[in-house]
Amino acid sequence: MKKALLLAGLLSGFSLPAFTAAQAVEIEYWQYIYETRVNAMDQLIKNFEAANPDITVKQVTFPYADYQTRIVAANMAGKGPDVMQLFYGWLDKFVAGGLLQPLGKEAFPHDKIEADFFPIVTAMQRDGEYYGLPTAVRSLALFYNKKLFADSGLDPANPPKTLDELVAASKVIAKHDDAGNMLTEGMTMDMSGQDHHWWREVLVRQFGGEPYTDDYRTVKYDSEAGAKALSFYTDLQLKEKVGQIGFMDEGQAAFRAGKAGMTIDGTFRLGSFKQIKDFEWGVAELPANADGYQSNYSSYFANGIGAKVKGEKLEAAEKFLAYVTSPEAMKIWLDVVGELPAKREVALTDENTANPIYGPFLKGLADAHTTLFVDEAAQRQTAMDMANRVLINGQTPEESVAEAAKQEQKIIDDAM
Amino acid sequence: MPSTVQTSKGAAQGRPEGGGFTDRFSMRTKRLFWVWTFLALPVLFYSVIRFYPTIDAFRLSLTDWNLMNKPKFIGFENYAKLFSDPKFWQVFRNTFAYLILGTPISLLISFTVAFALDRIRFGHSFIRALYFLPFLTTAAAMAWVWRWFYQPAPIGVINDLLSSFGLMQQPFLRSTSQALPSIMVTAIWAGLGFQIIIFMAGLRAIPSTFYEAARIDGLGEWAILKKITLPLLKPTTIFLVVMSSIGFLRIFDQVYNMTTNDPGGPLGSTKPLVLMIYQSAFSSYQMGYAAAQTVVLFLILLAISLLQLWILRDKK
Repeated sequence: MKKALLLAGLLSGFSLPAFTAAQAVEIEYWQYIYETRVNAMDQLIKNFEAANPDITVKQVTFPYADYQTRIVAANMAGKGPDVMQLFYGWLDKFVAGGLLQPLGKEAFPHDKIEADFFPIVTAMQRDGEYYGLPTAVRSLALFYNKKLFADSGLDPANPPKTLDELVAASKVIAKHDDAGNMLTEGMTMDMSGQDHHWWREVLVRQFGGEPYTDDYRTVKYDSEAGAKALSFYTDLQLKEKVGQIGFMDEGQAAFRAGKAGMTIDGTFRLGSFKQIKDFEWGVAELPANADGYQSNYSSYFANGIGAKVKGEKLEAAEKFLAYVTSPEAMKIWLDVVGELPAKREVALTDENTANPIYGPFLKGLADAHTTLFVDEAAQRQTAMDMANRVLINGQTPEESVAEAAKQEQKIIDDAM
Repeated sequence: MPSTVQTSKGAAQGRPEGGGFTDRFSMRTKRLFWVWTFLALPVLFYSVIRFYPTIDAFRLSLTDWNLMNKPKFIGFENYAKLFSDPKFWQVFRNTFAYLILGTPISLLISFTVAFALDRIRFGHSFIRALYFLPFLTTAAAMAWVWRWFYQPAPIGVINDLLSSFGLMQQPFLRSTSQALPSIMVTAIWAGLGFQIIIFMAGLRAIPSTFYEAARIDGLGEWAILKKITLPLLKPTTIFLVVMSSIGFLRIFDQVYNMTTNDPGGPLGSTKPLVLMIYQSAFSSYQMGYAAAQTVVLFLILLAISLLQLWILRDKK
């Protein structure tokens, strides 16, 4: 592996610049390896180069596990990418590390960004400057197994719309053996998957609370609403017995195996669920609370420009960034990768919103929140521990929420 | 001791004298030259790849390096943070639970098996191979197989068996009390083959004349075990105690792979120090903090190894 990389490095170093592009500016685009994303980017680069013959774009990819380390190491060596893809949650670290430069206000006017993109794009803003723009965004929705719905006498065309309906449907679908062991889940429970987002940004709000202050620097879910949201979640296992953390190892595995009626997951799961052959599944919006209040969690990878890029390379990088965040690029991205367009006009077309699969995800974007994590893995762990304290140790939801809030606040404070 | 050993200064006796490329140097110089030529490469390699990073970890542990910033010297702040973190103390307890339970249990089982295996002829090689097989398997692959074994009924073999006998299913990896023993069982099982082979080599090295003499003198099996086998196995036992202790203190693969979706088990109940280091370094990117943890792990390993060597030393 290392040898191959070394060899590749040597070869690229020795390759002679093409004669036809004697005047050409070459810029590097970096992203992590994920087949459809790499393919989509290849296609975008081809179109971009056709329109801009004086610019060539080289796509460089790394495995996801190494990606951040590579960018940092390359930056130290002064060989960083001109345009790079980054998760919105890495922004604080990347800005502090001097890896990114603010987007030029002439090429990317702020009022235009805010008018065109979904509001979640503000997660890329620090101190009045934007540091990146997304091509595509992700949101959560409720996946449901139409076969299990039909078998349990529920209407497969009418998935639950509220939390109460969700619990009621789960109860009908869930099956246990005589000893009380779970055979089929009504609703999956997996805090290590997407449930911690569901709890944070959706359930806490639906029970009348707020997870954080607006700047996400102060935890606020240590409240009656937070405790209610947690007990709603843990009751799915303890009281209603419709789900069980760890059943079939993972929630998505249980759903794929046809052993779960419903699961909450993101757009990125579509590719994996599309391989399901044994049953038909559908997508619905996340259930609302009794008052009809809806919320969602959205995340995305954005594209930013390296801190050290200047001159004609910067001009080329800005042109390329403008292209990969254009409506045309977003359409290609939706077709190839299956991720939702980040601009309203591209996303909310009649065709897209009527699409039975993309529609519910797109509608979710309108109410979506984007948690500004300082350390997503560590903050996720506090949510997992919070649920486990109630489920395994029998702690009360109030105490558990309070403890989780304290731990998460410490993680945020330490990072600041 | 024969005086020839004195002159060879640690080199093995009777080795052909190296050199002959010129007569200007003495035999001894030439031999040293060749020895160091061959040793230079590994010494250089280890210095750059092993020793330098190890020593650098001490320096990093006193900084706030997070991969992105310029490391800033912050004194012992990382250590203060570590020792005041209740999660560290839980991890500390877990690590020692692996050590204190894992090492004696695995040695006891492997000695018993080796002792019994040493006495049978029928199927000896086959059984020995069976015991050794898990040691050859990738820890990650093995951990995943065991992870499935421990699942609740529809997929977990163990729970399937339990419920088919009408017994209560056990949560295993989903329980704060059962998770650590569940993982330890797999770690013991995986290391057993190696320990059995080493014990058997130790047993085979004991001259059979000792046993014959003991039997002629009318010693019972138990007395033979206590007076002859165990004392003569001492070097083997010391080696295995030290190796197995270091192994359990550094346990990672099994824990990481068996609990990937909640790394370190429910509420951190299975998390060993090495996993905490891994998470601090490569998930939170707190390199300085992670370096401080590795220094602590290093000191623990050093202390335990020295303590064991001292306890098990030859008392003359």
